Amino acid sequence: MAAILAGFPDAVLNLTYLVAGVMFIQGLRDMTHPRTATRGNTISSGGMLLAVLVTVLWFDILSPVILGAGLLVGGLVGAGLAVSVETTEMPQLVGLFNGFGGGASALVAGAELIDVLGSGGSLSIGLTASASIAGIIGAVTFWGSLVAAGKLHGLVGDGPFSTNVGHALKAVFLAAAVAAGAFLVVRPDVFGTAPLASWVPSYWALVGAASLLGIFLVISIGGADMPVVIALLNSYSGLAAATTGFVLNNTVLIIAGTLVGASGLILTVIMCESMNRSLTNVLFGGFGSDGDGGEDMEDIYEGQIQETSAEEVEMLLDTAQRVVVVPGYGMAVAQAQHAVAELVELLDENDVDVEFGIHPVAGRMPGHMNALLAEADVPYDKMRELEEVNPTFSQTDVVIVTGANDVVNPKANEDDSSPIAGMPVLEVADARQVIVNKRSLSPGFSGIPNPLFAKDNTSMLFGDAKASMQELVNNYKENH
Amino acid sequence: MTFVENLTLFVLSAFVGYEIITKIPTNLHTPLMSGANAISGITLLGSVVVAGSGSTTLATVLGFLAVVMATINVVGGYMVSHFMLDQFRGGR
Repeated sequence: MAAILAGFPDAVLNLTYLVAGVMFIQGLRDMTHPRTATRGNTISSGGMLLAVLVTVLWFDILSPVILGAGLLVGGLVGAGLAVSVETTEMPQLVGLFNGFGGGASALVAGAELIDVLGSGGSLSIGLTASASIAGIIGAVTFWGSLVAAGKLHGLVGDGPFSTNVGHALKAVFLAAAVAAGAFLVVRPDVFGTAPLASWVPSYWALVGAASLLGIFLVISIGGADMPVVIALLNSYSGLAAATTGFVLNNTVLIIAGTLVGASGLILTVIMCESMNRSLTNVLFGGFGSDGDGGEDMEDIYEGQIQETSAEEVEMLLDTAQRVVVVPGYGMAVAQAQHAVAELVELLDENDVDVEFGIHPVAGRMPGHMNALLAEADVPYDKMRELEEVNPTFSQTDVVIVTGANDVVNPKANEDDSSPIAGMPVLEVADARQVIVNKRSLSPGFSGIPNPLFAKDNTSMLFGDAKASMQELVNNYKENH
Repeated sequence: MTFVENLTLFVLSAFVGYEIITKIPTNLHTPLMSGANAISGITLLGSVVVAGSGSTTLATVLGFLAVVMATINVVGGYMVSHFMLDQFRGGR
């Protein structure tokens, strides 16, 4: 099939790409406010549609059936997954989609090498070098994302570990991938000798090594560090697309891919800063694997823990003027967001000043708590960030912590030797009364005990987040 | 397009991205991630070209797989972000 737009000057294609690029940028700009964000997403998807359409119409499509089938299958699978997903499964789905983007980039770079050779061309250094980079980043993104999604879905063990053998293997795989890439650049002629030619040699060795690297890199990272990993892989998938743009000399691939690369990187940095840890520590530290808690925990908790009940908490709420709710991953696991939202709505109706205090790394992806609460119809102006809410705790009557632990641990400020030293935390103990809703006293991801639980103004409301919050809601309704 | 022109585009886009993304509030970080994720499916353009050109069977097969994966990324990514953002817009 000859290209429908054949005969038009090249400028038409590139101008259309420019328009698409501008639409991506405007789409992201609209994401700076919740009111315009939906429009932004629509503009961005319009840019994508435009770019795909002009590409399909522009180039000679020798096998339109295959192309159409690919688009149809991909579209159906993507739409099916998007429609059927539960809000609580969102992190792993985003991770999975992300991996597919990276995987596609790696395949495209490889196919382009084969294509150039197949049509009798020769491989320039620019082409082989960018294809190598796209292949490494793409394969790492694909396999890393699959492992991350598996961990989030509970298919892969989410415990962290850090072993010297593991680190050595990662170094070996990285070295092998880079060596294969260098070989591809230096000796593209070897890559192209018939008949195994186009597919055995260096590029696929590179992809294989990078795949192993991706798996080993993510498998040793603990579940609670997945917000960082997902954000970083998001950045990688963008960079893989941008590098593929270098391979194909395609402007909009470079623009769009780089925007995503920047976005993912910024989120990664924000997440790391919110934990006061370096990216290296997150990726290679095996954080949370050495539980040093045991004895320490007894000392802190013994005789200091006060237990409370839903009835008592309800009485506290009855006289409270200001209440802050601090949600954590436990709320997501128990799917308690609707019960929590109902409680907050009831308090709001009774003229209690009530807000959410949300820690940036609460949950399993950036903004996870916000997304869950939005699903439960909580207005976004009730969700406060750490810096905004911390100064208000001293004027707060009751803080309800549900399913969170490390993000409210005062040790971060008090103990320089603790693994979470220097991590900004929600200083809930400044409030008059703190209610901690948790299933047990077991430590959080950091593996250390939480002295907050033993404070005089803290009471523990033991139980599953959803059941406890629902009981609280029922009690509150009965008395109002 | 030369390598240097591509590089120019890359560097400038990185700055634009930085300026915009740092202004996006924490509230919207999840939809931002899935939206950005959908944009990274732009690699679909490359997939379309290699799948369609079909100069060798192998390139076509790889291209087909790439088209499927990239389309899942694009369609799924935009739809998921759309559902999420709808929930944000409402509130009460």
